[in-house]
Amino acid sequence: MTRRHAALFVRIAILTSLVALLEIGCRLGFIDTLTVIAPSDMVASMADQIRSGDLDASIVTTFSTILIAFALAVVLGTALGALIHRFARLRDVADPLLASYYSVPTFIFYPLLVALLGLGKAPLVVLGILSATPAVVISTLSGLDSVAPVLMKLARVHRLTPARTLTWIVLPAVMPHLFTGFKLALSYALIGVIAGEFILSGTGLGYAISYAYQSFDNRAMYGVMLFVLLVAVTANGILYVWEGRLARRRSRG
Amino acid sequence: MSELSFDNTQKLSARRHFRAFDAIVVVLLMLTLWQAIGSWTQGVAVSPPLPTLVYLAGLLGTPMFWAHAAATLEAFLLAFVLSALIGLLLGLIFGIRRFAGEVAEPILAGFYTIPKVTLYPVVLLLFGLGMSAKVAFGVMHGLVPMTLFTLGAVRNLPPVLVRTARVMRLSPGRTMRWILVPACLPDIVNGLRISFSLSLLGVLIGEMFSSQRGLGFLLVNGMAQHNVRLSTAVVTVIVVIAIAANTLMLRLDRRFARRSDTAG
Amino acid sequence: MSGEAQVSLSEVVRRYDGPPVVQALGPISLDIKCGEFFSIVGPSGCGKSTLLDVVAGLVRPSSGSVRFEGKELHGEVPDGIGVVFQEDSSMPWLSVRDNVAFGLRTSGLSKQEAATRVDHAISFMGLSQFAGHYPAQLSGGMRQRVCIARTLVLKPRLILLDEPFGALDQQTRLLMGDELLRLWRETGATVLLITHALDEAAMLSDRVGVMSARPGRFIDMVETGWPRDRDSRVISDAQFGALTARLWSSLRAESLKTLGRAA
Repeated sequence: MTRRHAALFVRIAILTSLVALLEIGCRLGFIDTLTVIAPSDMVASMADQIRSGDLDASIVTTFSTILIAFALAVVLGTALGALIHRFARLRDVADPLLASYYSVPTFIFYPLLVALLGLGKAPLVVLGILSATPAVVISTLSGLDSVAPVLMKLARVHRLTPARTLTWIVLPAVMPHLFTGFKLALSYALIGVIAGEFILSGTGLGYAISYAYQSFDNRAMYGVMLFVLLVAVTANGILYVWEGRLARRRSRG
Repeated sequence: MSELSFDNTQKLSARRHFRAFDAIVVVLLMLTLWQAIGSWTQGVAVSPPLPTLVYLAGLLGTPMFWAHAAATLEAFLLAFVLSALIGLLLGLIFGIRRFAGEVAEPILAGFYTIPKVTLYPVVLLLFGLGMSAKVAFGVMHGLVPMTLFTLGAVRNLPPVLVRTARVMRLSPGRTMRWILVPACLPDIVNGLRISFSLSLLGVLIGEMFSSQRGLGFLLVNGMAQHNVRLSTAVVTVIVVIAIAANTLMLRLDRRFARRSDTAG
Repeated sequence: MSGEAQVSLSEVVRRYDGPPVVQALGPISLDIKCGEFFSIVGPSGCGKSTLLDVVAGLVRPSSGSVRFEGKELHGEVPDGIGVVFQEDSSMPWLSVRDNVAFGLRTSGLSKQEAATRVDHAISFMGLSQFAGHYPAQLSGGMRQRVCIARTLVLKPRLILLDEPFGALDQQTRLLMGDELLRLWRETGATVLLITHALDEAAMLSDRVGVMSARPGRFIDMVETGWPRDRDSRVISDAQFGALTARLWSSLRAESLKTLGRAA
């Protein structure tokens, strides 16, 4: 068994045992089920809510908001990144801003966004964009920085047009960095939107959790929570594996 | 090749002249944008810069504000110190014990991508309302990045340094103090910087839900009472503190990075 | 084309506008004959890479003119020139085969013709076993061979190499030198090699130009007189020692100047 597989096996074993411990603890009464319910109940609750269609509206709302924010952040971030990279003066202004951006908790602007745009999709999408775009900008800049100058000389030796230089040399060269940026963008958009829904919203999965909590319906709350966590882990996991596969070809094989 | 360096030195000197000017322009632009949004919504959503600053000046004179600020500071310091120490320890363990690190890293990275806000009710149920919940929120956010950065720092240590330590027959304690820690310091400082921002974020979020004290509570309270100037003022304070702290730590980071570059 | 110079530089100067104004190169006047193997040696910073850029058309001279096959260059790379750079210019996202085929994308050749040329170049450079590999899986020497193969497929009439073997160990360098000579003979192209290694210049070239410290000018022009079918074993010839000695005696003072300046 290779080391990577061994690590995977151990990881699964540890996580499974933790879940099992939690299950046993709840069933035997060591853990107060008013606080945490048994994992099997969480799964059952999640399955029930999905099957009954109670969550359908929330799922559609949240997913659509996340995807819109993600798509806009990716387009905006890549364009901004390319622009900033092109003009050194712009870069000098942008670098310190980007370096400090994520130190400011974006969600503190969310109540102000709601006051500005009303309760609904708009402030959530904006929050998602505000959370995700800088990551894309930073990754794009990093990617463009990494294009070895010799490759640009190569383009001129082969007498490539600017368009071809972009598509045949620049784009493939920056692809790994862009992909990392997209992965982060999805991550941050998801976190931003759900956090926003949780704090101050009337719809969506985040709100569903908050509402269940405030209604003392722990069972429903944990069901939705589990669902959101599974979605987050799966989506990010897929992108992470994909990213690894892309990177493996290019680094010391 | 020499051509590139010539062109660059000339461009650099011009850029330095522009930098101060551009920085001022950016600040002015941001203030203008702030003012525009403020007046366009007639001060309902956001309070414009000048009234906010006036209100803030007044606010800084009230003991009430400082009580809240102290509450946030207390929770934050506790959360940050806990995140830093535990993160450092875990990071060192996972960095040195390679297999454990390999097992743990995807789990930690995965945790990083989860919307932790969904776990808040669990934290509230476990810790109740109040200080311990806030600190727990803070640690929940600040611990993982610190661990990951430290882990990375230890893992990326050039093996030749460890070999040098063995050739010089240094004790484990000395190896750690004289070689490992200084070599890892830049990455660790970077981790501290991220952990700082995220612990602060966690504490503030905690205050927004589960507390009657602190700047986060003040913000939400301002919203609830439709006291726009209060909420805008609190946001301003938080932004200024966050950016100031981050900039300070970046400078520190750069100093450490420079040292290790000349050594390595 | 014999007799007429393929590459002709006339009073070429390259300046950088300051402040301060720095003259990096020149004045240089040089004629390279068709099919000649010409090397340039010089101390670091003397402008030899700039000279290569000027000959390739990548850079315009501040004054003076550059002609390739009789036509003046105006800052654009003309058809028929291949360049192998000092840095590794293999594209990490393409396999060896795709890297080599890259140059033919804009050539308008049919797929079969292109494939034939690619296969020929790959086997000529001894890379057939690695055609499906990616650059990251290859050593530095092999990656440079990929870059050379990529230049080959275009059948250039002039091949420019900027310290192509600088990152390689001495033994690999000697072998690569033999490869380069084989290439030169097979393609009949003109070769301009920039190198800091005197022995490399002495053993490979028909003629060696010695450049002064910055601003680089030619202070010596050495004819080696080697036969066309030579290889690295000329190092055992007494003539080799004499050539290297002559190159160093011209170069030593210039190198000291550069060192003094750098210190």
